[in-house]
This record gives sequence, C-alpha cells and structure tokens, in this order.
Amino acid sequence: MKTLIWVEHDNASMKDATLAVVTAAAKLGEVHALVAGSGCASVADQVAKVDGIATVHVADDAALANGLAENVAPLVAGLMDSHDAFLAPATTTGKNIAPRVAALLDVMQISDILSVESADTFTRPIYAGNAIATVKTSDSKLVITVRGTAFDKAATEGGSASIEAVGGASDAGTSAFVSEEIAKSERPELTSAKTIVSGGRALGSSEKFEEVITPLADKLGAAIGASRAAVDAGYVPNDYQVGQTGKIVAPEVYMAIGISGAIQHLAGMKDSKVIVAINKDEDAPIFQVADIGLVADLFDAVPELTSKV
Amino acid sequence: MRRKVQFMIVQMEGNDMKILVPVKRVIDYNVKPRVKSDGSGVDLANVKMSMNPFDEISVEEAIRLKEAGKAEEIVAVSVGPQKAQETLRTALAMGADRAILVNTDEEVEPLGVAKILAKIVEEEAPQLVICGKQAIDDDSNQTGQMLAALLGWGQGTFANTVELDGNSVDVKREIDGGLQTVKLNLPAVVTTDLRLNEPRYASLPNIMKAKKKPMDEKTVADYGVDITPRLTTTNVSEPPVRQAGEKVADVDALVEKLKAVGAI
Repeated sequence: MKTLIWVEHDNASMKDATLAVVTAAAKLGEVHALVAGSGCASVADQVAKVDGIATVHVADDAALANGLAENVAPLVAGLMDSHDAFLAPATTTGKNIAPRVAALLDVMQISDILSVESADTFTRPIYAGNAIATVKTSDSKLVITVRGTAFDKAATEGGSASIEAVGGASDAGTSAFVSEEIAKSERPELTSAKTIVSGGRALGSSEKFEEVITPLADKLGAAIGASRAAVDAGYVPNDYQVGQTGKIVAPEVYMAIGISGAIQHLAGMKDSKVIVAINKDEDAPIFQVADIGLVADLFDAVPELTSKV
Repeated sequence: MRRKVQFMIVQMEGNDMKILVPVKRVIDYNVKPRVKSDGSGVDLANVKMSMNPFDEISVEEAIRLKEAGKAEEIVAVSVGPQKAQETLRTALAMGADRAILVNTDEEVEPLGVAKILAKIVEEEAPQLVICGKQAIDDDSNQTGQMLAALLGWGQGTFANTVELDGNSVDVKREIDGGLQTVKLNLPAVVTTDLRLNEPRYASLPNIMKAKKKPMDEKTVADYGVDITPRLTTTNVSEPPVRQAGEKVADVDALVEKLKAVGAI
C-alpha cells in the first residue's frame, strides 16, 4: 500500500504531530509525505530526514500558505489517484482537512485511530474514550486521522527521502485567511510536554491558579493544563483545556491539582505514564486513576511541593 | 422607480438569510456509557438521550443571529429514528422556526448524513449551515467538513466567534495553540466549538409553543442518496482499565515517590 501523510507545519518547521502519523502510516505500507504550504522548502528538507519516508511531495503555492481546507483538499484528493491511504494527525488542522478530502473521494473517514490492526481494520475511541471500537472499512481508498499519543514518534534523523515538487494548487475562492493569534509561551506545548501540571476548579480564581500552579510548572519545566471546569470558570484560556473536548495528552508525568476527575477530563489524560493527584476530597474519582495520590489542601501542599522539588 | 428597486434589494438582503441547523440525538452528556458484554456496542436501552451538546450551541448561535436581525428563518434537521422528533422539538422550543426529520432506524455515517444534508440544502437554499463540530457518541468530527466539500462551500470549523456581514461570514476558529480567523463567502458551513456561546434553556411557554411549530417527516428514500455504511464495527470494548496506585501521607512522601519513579 502507498500512503500519503499530511505534514503539519508553519511553513518554517515541521510539527511533532507529524511523526506519530509516519509511524501509523508505515504499518500500512510505503510512506510518502505531502508538505503543502508557501515558502516551505525548509520544512521539506526536515521531513526528508525523518526515518521511514520514501518521497516528500512539496506543493509550494500562495494559496496553500495558511492551510485553508478549501484549497488544500482538492490538491490532496488529486494526489490520491496515485496513493491508497491519506493519513493526517488528529490535530485541529488534520480534523479540518481530512473529512473534506474524504468527501471529495467519496470515502468514509476513520477518525482518531489508536491502532492499525490490519490494512482495513483500525481501533478508535468512541463515547469520549469510554469505549474502543474496532472498525473495518470497505472503501478502496483510506482517509484516516491519527491520535498522536497512541503511536511512537518516528526518528527525525536517518531518512533520506527524495523531494519532488507537485503543482496544481489553486485558490478555490470560497475562503480567505484573515489573522491568527497564537499564544506565545516559553513553556513546552501541552501535547508534546514531558511533564504537565494541571489545575482544576478548586483553585478558585485565575489569581490563585497563577500563584499556585505556575511556580510548580516553572520549577518542573512543565506545560500548564486545566480541567474544563477551570476553563469554564475563566481561570485560564480555552487552549489549556485537557479532556475529550480539549487536548488529549499523554506525558511522562501528569499532575492533577484540585481536579476531581470528571469522565471528560480523564478521557484526555488517562494514557499519561505517571499520574499524580492532589485533592482534598479523598473520594475524588481522580484517585482511581492516579499512580500517586495525596489527600491534602492544595493551597498548602503545592507550595510546599514547589519548594521541595 | 430606481429608488424603489434599491429599496427592494435592501429588503431582500435582510430577509434572505435562512440558517439550517442539523441536530443529533445522542446519549446524554452526563451519562457514563456502558459497553455491552458481547462487544456489540454501547448499551443505550433505558439511557437518557439528549441533543448533542455541540448541536445545542449551533441552535443557540442561529437564534442569536436571528435575534440580532441577521437571519430570517432557522430550520432544524435531524437524520435519525422517530424519537429524534424530541430532539427537534427541543430545537424548536429554543427558537428554531421549523424542523425536518429524516426518519431512519439505520445508523447513518457522517458521509451519509452529509449527502442527505446536501440534498436538503438544495431544496431549502440556506445561506448558512451551522453544525456541531462532533457528536459525543461516535466522536467522528466529520459531517460539517464533508457537507462543505460536497457543496463546494467554504468551511469555518471549531468556531469560537461568528460574525455575519452581508455576503460573507468571519469565523474565529479554535486551533491548536490559539485562534485563527477566516473569511468565508456565503453560503458557507460553520461548525461550533464549546466557547462559541452558552445555550439557553427552553422556557415552558416556548416548549408549549414548539408543539405547534411545523415538523416535516421525510425518509432517506425521498432524497435518493445511497447511505450504505462503509465501515463495519466488528467489536466494541472497554478501554484498558488503569489501576489506582497508592496514596501518600504528606508532601515529603510525595517527593520521595516522584524521585523513585524518575518524575523529578
């Protein structure tokens, strides 16, 4: 099988999310990559070095600069004449583009796969991760999004793929990019951080969140996350949200502070390697998944922990 | 004469905006799904069902646009079993004007739903379709994008803010790491994210009134599209269970533990 993977990038560098897709695609067959963007030659060079990629197709066109699905999807659909499967990361970019490609190809997409069981069978989470479905497709072309935390990342060195330019991109004329506000931070990104310190509604205010959570995260070089309750209460912005409707994470260490452990939150972090919970309610569901639990008032325990690590 | 013509055009712009809002009946957000022991699926017998939360946000957004004088009519549509009527009544009670039920007991995949919706769009000619970004049962996150592809329309997925302006709509989208704004020509498809709005509860008088609002019943055959499933679910299982670890007595013990597992 010949696969085509979507390379996630910002026209300057490849995003990590791409690497898990390479691993998933390699289970199906030969891996070809598509770098679609504008002025994205350096991305193609990076991708060519990734272990396990045969060819990097580069579509460099102003219409592709911002990854608008309306312009990207026809390009991908065209390339699928000579590929059997299209795989994208289950990021906001992948989720935006892949279903549009699938509909153009008259294919039913398989979203957010956790494993490749065979060339036509995959597992994927349903009901917010409360169940795992095994699905078999009858489509002749495959369109798939890949959950990044479920696959190892391919090595960024060791490959020597050929780079080929592809043309045919155009502006569909239905949409235009206006602006982007990307939160700038010294911290690691939530989805790729080794350690995450997450706060819940028990923090009580945005001031307390900042006062209690931030110093511990600083000390550990960790990303900061939050439960939906904390986001809804306005303590932190939406992009901090870990959970089924937020970000799905699986760091080495996940610290849940003042988080009760609602189903929707657990769905977003339960694949973390070590889960640490600090909560004053000893019956909080978070303790049922935590490897290390401390029943304590977070306003005492967290500053003490910060001073001792 | 000329002034009169101009006046008519202005009138038309104000009255032309019809919004189509697809809604899905799903397991209630607060119910913990139970996997059937034979691996055939999730047990939905005697389980509370509700409107998909993201679809509530879609209905709310359409109503707000209407209240702001930017839309004339809101049509709610559901592809599902007879009981999806209840979900449509909820949409009507919130403020949708009329409803279409495409009655089917088959499970229709996002691609099939998108094909049916595309046919309804042909008939109804809405300027905007507002879908939830995903349904909380199959978590596919596909229907809106697929519909936009089939229609050749622009798509504003994961909307955080929707600003309708004449012939275009600005959609501020929730993306990894921040927000992105796109401008779409109308007609267009928007899919809603959590932060777009807080849906209202239907008042009792509005629930009563909703019973008198029109609801068309259709079948899949009325639209002449092939919705044969492409995917077969061969098994549904419980996710791997994570064992609880141990509780430590104090912060010092926690620090020891963290060191022991190499966390710090």
